[in-house]
Amino acid sequence: MATAGPVRADLRAESGAVAVFARRHRVHPLEALPWAAAIAAFALFPSYLPLGAQILATILFALSADLVLGYAGIVTLGHAAFFGVGAYTAGILAAHGWGEPISGLIAAALAAALLGLISGLVVLRTTGLTLLMQTLVVATLLHEAANKASALTGGDDGLQGMVVWPIFGLFRFDLFGRTAYVYCLVVLFLGWWTARQIVQSPFGRSLTGIRENVLRMHAIGAPVMRRRLVIYTFAAGLAGTAGALIAQTTQFVGLGFLGLERSGTILIMLIIGGVGRLYGAFIGVPLYMIAQDRFSAIEPVYWYFEIGLLMVLTVVFARGGLFALIDRLRR
Amino acid sequence: MNEATTALALETRLLCKSFGALTVADRIDFRLQRGARHALIGPNGAGKTSFVNLVTGALRPDSGEILIDGSVVTELAQSVRVKRGLARTFQVTALFRRLSALENVTLAIAEREGVAGDLARPAGRYRWIIEEAFALLEGLELAADALRPVNMLAYGRQRLIEIAVALGLGPKVLLLDEPAAGVPSRETELVASVVERLPSDIAVLIIDHDMGLVFRLARRITVMVEGRILVEGPPEAIAADPEVRRVYLGEHERR
Repeated sequence: MATAGPVRADLRAESGAVAVFARRHRVHPLEALPWAAAIAAFALFPSYLPLGAQILATILFALSADLVLGYAGIVTLGHAAFFGVGAYTAGILAAHGWGEPISGLIAAALAAALLGLISGLVVLRTTGLTLLMQTLVVATLLHEAANKASALTGGDDGLQGMVVWPIFGLFRFDLFGRTAYVYCLVVLFLGWWTARQIVQSPFGRSLTGIRENVLRMHAIGAPVMRRRLVIYTFAAGLAGTAGALIAQTTQFVGLGFLGLERSGTILIMLIIGGVGRLYGAFIGVPLYMIAQDRFSAIEPVYWYFEIGLLMVLTVVFARGGLFALIDRLRR
Repeated sequence: MNEATTALALETRLLCKSFGALTVADRIDFRLQRGARHALIGPNGAGKTSFVNLVTGALRPDSGEILIDGSVVTELAQSVRVKRGLARTFQVTALFRRLSALENVTLAIAEREGVAGDLARPAGRYRWIIEEAFALLEGLELAADALRPVNMLAYGRQRLIEIAVALGLGPKVLLLDEPAAGVPSRETELVASVVERLPSDIAVLIIDHDMGLVFRLARRITVMVEGRILVEGPPEAIAADPEVRRVYLGEHERR
């Protein structure tokens, strides 16, 4: 086994496999692109900042779904449960006299993460269709609970009377959405950076192992259930943060925040962009939401048709999302 | 603990398992010495793979005991048994297909080293793990394929990566479930020579149909039939055993 000749030594040198592998986590210049675009959008489209803030918060939600679906391979149709719990936590706090946004955001993240942990303990014991149905059940139960507890949540009418205080007591949420946009952008950046750290860590690598082959993961001695539970809990917290961002910036929470449609839509946005690569969310969400905004301005009733067409085109011509298409064109 | 028990890398005592009327393990007393080159053979349906699954913990026995390195593991989870030094390869290649060869081995070593749960630091910082994974691939002459996704490699090479992943776990006991299954005959030699060169302190149990491979690699052979151990002994004795010839080798020739 000690036959490392000069050729082998080359493979181990700086240009070799080991070095390539050890450098994978370094930041690529292209990774600055979404942030540059977000800052440019702030300057170029001042009248679209409220929509922009929604897009940024939804990217965070899609990022959370990507960690669960794209990395850990957990297929869920109930991700809105965490989004909604985060939104209601921040919303109820703000409607009952605690409008401080940062602590509201943290409380929302913790509440959603707790739900992720508890539901994960049950749901993640199963796989495949059973798992899918169980995630759906969790979200549906919460939707019904929020509907029944109308004294707290406002039920079908939605939560009214949120008062969100200025950030740090200095920056109040203005009508033009400037504060909201910057607030969402900063939180998204922090969320993305944390997610990126996790994906690049040995833990993140082991998640891709679980996605690729659970059987083998057991055989190499990995505690699969625990790993899945950790990422599920973290992603739930991230989704809750996204929900709270939208609640705080629009000052409204409705039952739709917990709905099946939202769980489905976020997956569609993610699939259009590309699953399991951390950047699919940054392409799919803006594309979907801007298209929705444009199409619904032209055709208020039938805009779903164009969205459907977009989805069909993605599946037919860009399997693996737009990101995969870009990959293929580069080769 | 006396000398006799500690010399065993793996032992089963009166191991039993049935699925309804089908008995796949019938009071199996099996002993694998440290550093052994041992083969487990038997006709189809003899219970060889079930035996592997019982030992690794994928199946729970109805009764009996399993010991690794002298300590009882019967009730322990699969992942804990791996930590105790038990590694296996699969009859049908079970790798992380879309990940590179280097990643496949790195994942195993990270588990062995107990760092795979680390969320805070980039995986690339654990350079010594990557170095070790690369050295392992190098030892199996797979260095040039290190960065290629394993599903792009020839099947014989995938079998070798299976072995590399198992070796990455630093096993005391290595269970090779048909290491050359599905490999074209010209590549069988490659697999056999790798098994021949495995470190001598690892106890290797080869489960296979391929008599050429078994008689080349094993210094001791156990024959299983219908969930029971029929006979055990050195290769010459097994080849000469009339009972074995009748139930297994004879049947093999007829095919």
